[in-house]
Order: sequence, then structure tokens, then C-alpha cells
Amino acid sequence: MSLLEIENVTLKFGGLTAVDNLSFTVQQGEVFAIVGPNGAGKSTVFNLISRFYTPIQGSIVFDGHDLLAEKASDVADHGVARTFQNIELFEQATVLENLLVGRHRHRKSNFLTELFFTPSVKKQELQSRHFVEEIIDFLDLQAYREKRIAGLPYGVRKVVEVARALATDPKLLLLDEPASGLSVEETTDMRWWIDDIRRQMGITVLMVEHDMGLVSGVSDRVLAMADGAKLALGTPAEVQSDPAVIEAYLGHAA
Amino acid sequence: MRIVFKTNYMQDIRPWKDGYQLSLYLILLAVVFAAPFVIDEFYLGELTNVLIWAIAGLGLMILTGHTGQASLGHAAFLAMGCYANIILIESGVPFMLAFPLAGILTGIIGMVIAIPALRLHGIYLAIATMAMSILVDDIIVLTEPWTGGVGGKFAPPVNVFGIMIDRWGTPREFYYLCLVVAVVVTLGYINLLRAPLGRSFIAVRDSEVSAQAMGIDVARTKAISFAISCGVTGLAGALMGLFAGAFNNETFSVIISIQLLMMIVIGGLGSIHGAFFGAIVVGFLPQFLSISKEWVGAALGGADVAIPGLEFGVFGVILILFILFEPMGIYGRWFKIRTWFELFPFYRKDMFKRQKSYLKTERLR
Repeated sequence: MSLLEIENVTLKFGGLTAVDNLSFTVQQGEVFAIVGPNGAGKSTVFNLISRFYTPIQGSIVFDGHDLLAEKASDVADHGVARTFQNIELFEQATVLENLLVGRHRHRKSNFLTELFFTPSVKKQELQSRHFVEEIIDFLDLQAYREKRIAGLPYGVRKVVEVARALATDPKLLLLDEPASGLSVEETTDMRWWIDDIRRQMGITVLMVEHDMGLVSGVSDRVLAMADGAKLALGTPAEVQSDPAVIEAYLGHAA
Repeated sequence: MRIVFKTNYMQDIRPWKDGYQLSLYLILLAVVFAAPFVIDEFYLGELTNVLIWAIAGLGLMILTGHTGQASLGHAAFLAMGCYANIILIESGVPFMLAFPLAGILTGIIGMVIAIPALRLHGIYLAIATMAMSILVDDIIVLTEPWTGGVGGKFAPPVNVFGIMIDRWGTPREFYYLCLVVAVVVTLGYINLLRAPLGRSFIAVRDSEVSAQAMGIDVARTKAISFAISCGVTGLAGALMGLFAGAFNNETFSVIISIQLLMMIVIGGLGSIHGAFFGAIVVGFLPQFLSISKEWVGAALGGADVAIPGLEFGVFGVILILFILFEPMGIYGRWFKIRTWFELFPFYRKDMFKRQKSYLKTERLR
């Protein structure tokens, strides 16, 4: 069953075609990776799904909903969570508060009940906290729970971002370069976590990643992009041996 | 060294960490409730002034400290609250109804003004709100039939549960009125901060793009923040009018807006404590200066020392010193001292240092 369907999507910034008539589908329960040289339009695809950009043509359908009819802030409500290439955490808040913001889409209280902190708000807070604690356990963040983001090392921030995305309880997780800037050891951790996210939590993962070791280790299918267009789509091994992909990365054979 | 060992989620959800912290705040509350029996009328008036500034500071803190939207126009909302309250009372609405109505009206007006201003960021928003503050000054003059224009208005004594309260006749009762409002506003503020709405303010402040990705409607959240902020500021304005006794268009000039913003920066942005610390500085600085002027004058052989603009000069110097050496304000300094005692002897000098190497601009490689 396909969870995310992207069909003939094109996006132009002035004269530059960032995404060129791109189509692919992500199946329920798989890990789908997008690779490609810098400027290929990988992160732009993420920003299209997050509705930060609107394509000039094509359709994006998630779980039966037309995402193009939604505002950026409503995408999360359908169960799409994401991380950012250049970590976008709430710097002056603690790790715990960051994760609790992830629970925002499950908010049932309103301004008045929160102003008086009624028993129902208290119950909701306890539930949010319980959910968040499970994510903290899962990603081994206990030691940082009450630390402010501003003082945390880069590797931990990367994990906190994944944790915050998981706190929204998503169906689809978009990971934008989850391993960039991580050490070899941290990358290995990330690989097992992505595997666990898919197997234990049943969350479909769509990721952009440059580290081919991580991509071939964890993903079921890979889409290779260059200049906004599809180059190849298949298993990691198929894509890595595709002549068009090799050409995009290494240039023409003389 | 003090260790708080958490065994229950409620320890993070309720406003106090443990009994020790709760008892400190209860002692503080007892002290401020007992204050009128200890200090004389003059200082009680000053303390009332501090409380009113603190309420105004809480209002601006919601918007600037927690939602990250700088406003140089909050004097306009003080004015709106003040005039709304008095005009309602003069048309026969009892104070107990007119006062909250003044806050609600100011909040609604604030939100309506905010909707077009929401597209503006940082300095542009500050300039737009400052322009509004200057405009309101003129509007008060233009709408003379209601506002009394340049001639101004006088605040009548107000009826609270059958007790007639006015600032000069019954300073003690007026102090309690302001204290109760300050406590109620603070409690509401604490409740919002530990609930999803307060966290969404912080999210919008720190990263709009990821707030959106978390399902937070940024424009809506900013509008709500504006509404609450202006509403609280309106309440402070209503009290300020009663405190001043007489007021006109110049009472709420743009200088007040700037002073209010400087106040919460000195107090410490993004904390409830900061609004109170800042209000203490703003409230007591003029007294402190006039006492020290007398002292210097006496030391120089009875000469009168008059330095025009001294208060603002000193205020500016304090602000610059804080921005340079303690950007987190008085609350930041207080927090560090408290942490030093709580962790003694394990406090490290670089504990609150930010990891500068990961600033956004430096990541663009």
C-alpha cells in the first residue's frame, strides 16, 4: 500500500527548475532514501511535502489526503513529522520541552482550560509526558532531559530532533540528512535507531542522506536525483551500479 | 548542595519543584501581604507603582520574552486600558465589571492591530508598533469628546466589593487591589507556560519553521500572544490611570513604551521573575537617584545638584551593562547565584556558556 504518492511535481525558483516533473511513491512500512549530489533538489522535495513550498504542477497525496490543499501547519496533523538539515530546535528550551512541543498536534485543551489548568489539562499533560518519556528511553536521552538545547553538543542535538519528530506520533518520518556531522559511532547508532523506528514503531521513513553506508545498510529502496529530476529508482545495490548515477557523481568517462 | 530527586511527573508539571521552593514563595507572598503594616505611606505608594509596572511587564513579557515579538508600542495598550476603564466607569458600569472589560477590549484591539503586523519581523515590527504608539497619542487628542483630549481625565474612586478605593484616600486598599491583580495574572501566566499554548509561544520564538512542522499555526499563535499580552497590559494601564489620579495623552507617551521594553530586558527576557525584577529597577531608580543626589548635595556643602535627564542616562547605562555582561538580565544573574548555592561546591564557571560553534551562520559550510 502506498502511503505517500508524489506525481509529476515541478517547482521553479525564477528560471531555476529545482524539482523537475518528479514522481515516486513511498510504500507503507519501508525505509525510502533519496540520494544525489548537492543541489539535486532532495531537501526541496522535503520542503514540498512539508508545504513550505507550493509546486507549480503535480500532486502530493499522503494517506488519501491531498497535501497541496493543506497549510504547512496542518501537515503534521495528518501524521507527517520531519527533521531539518541545519538543526532547527527550540534553542532556549530544554530537551523535555522540545519533545513536549512535538505533542502539540494532540492538544485538546484550549486557552481557557489552560489558563485555569483544569484537571483535563493536567491529565493531558501527564499523557504527553508519558509518551515523551518513552521516546526519551528509546533514544537514550535520559541524561539530557532537563538540559537546554543551547548547551548541547551537535550529535545530541541531531538525536533530539529525531526524538521531537517521533513525539508527534507520526505515520511518516522525514529525516533530512540524519547522519551529517555525526561520528562513525553515532552514525551506527542512528542506523539501528532508524531500523527500530521502522520495525518496532511501524513508522515509514523517508530520508535524504549522503552517507552511502547508512543508505545501503538501512533502506529498502533508493531514489537517485540530479538537477531536480529522477535518475534511478531501485534497491541500494541497483542504484549504486546505475550508469546514470555514476555519471552524475563522477562525470563522463573520458 | 541541594538535590531534587524526582519520582513523579507531577513534580515537573506543578509550578514548584519541591516543598522547599513552595515555602519560599509562600514566605514572599506573606511578606508582600504584610508590607502595608510595616512600611510608611510613601514607600507603599512606590511599592504599588512597582506592582503596576510588573503587571505591564508581564504583559510585554508574554509577547517579547516568550513569543519573541519585539513591541515598542505597549504604551498605546496601557492608554487603551486606562481610558476604556475610566470611560466605562463614567458611563455607569461598576468597576468590578469595567476593569476586566477594559482588559478584554484592549486584548481584542491588540489582536486586530496585530493581524496586519504579523508579517513583520524583528526591527520592522518594533518600528510599526512604535508608530502605533505615537499615533495613539494623537488619537487621544482627536477624540476629545470621549477622552478629554489634552485636558485629560480624572480617575474617580472605585468600588471593590463595597469598599471605596482611591489611591490617595486609601493607599493600603489600593495596594491590595494591585497585589491581587498581580498575583492572579502571574498564576495565569504560570499555567499557560506549563501548558501547550505557552510551549507553542516558545516554539514560535525559537524557530518558526520547525514550529510549523510540529503543527503549530504560527500566525494564529502570534495573534493569540498579542491578544493576551495587550489584555494584560490593558489591565496594568487601568491600574496606572487610577494610580496617577489624573492623566492625559502625554501620560502614555512612546517614552513609556521604550521604558517598558528596557525594563523587561534588564529584568531578564523570557522569565516571569524578569518582569518583577525589572519593575523594581524602574520603580525604585528615581527614588534611589534623588536620595543619592541629596547625599551628594549635602557632601558638597548643601548645594542643589540638578542634572537634567539623569534618570534616563543611568537607566541607559544599566541597560548597556546588562546587554554586555549579563544578557539574561537580573533573573539570569540571580539564577546563576542560586545554582551556585544549590550545586555547591560543584558549580563550574562555564556552566551557562552557550556552544557558540554551532550558531546557524557557522553551520553553512
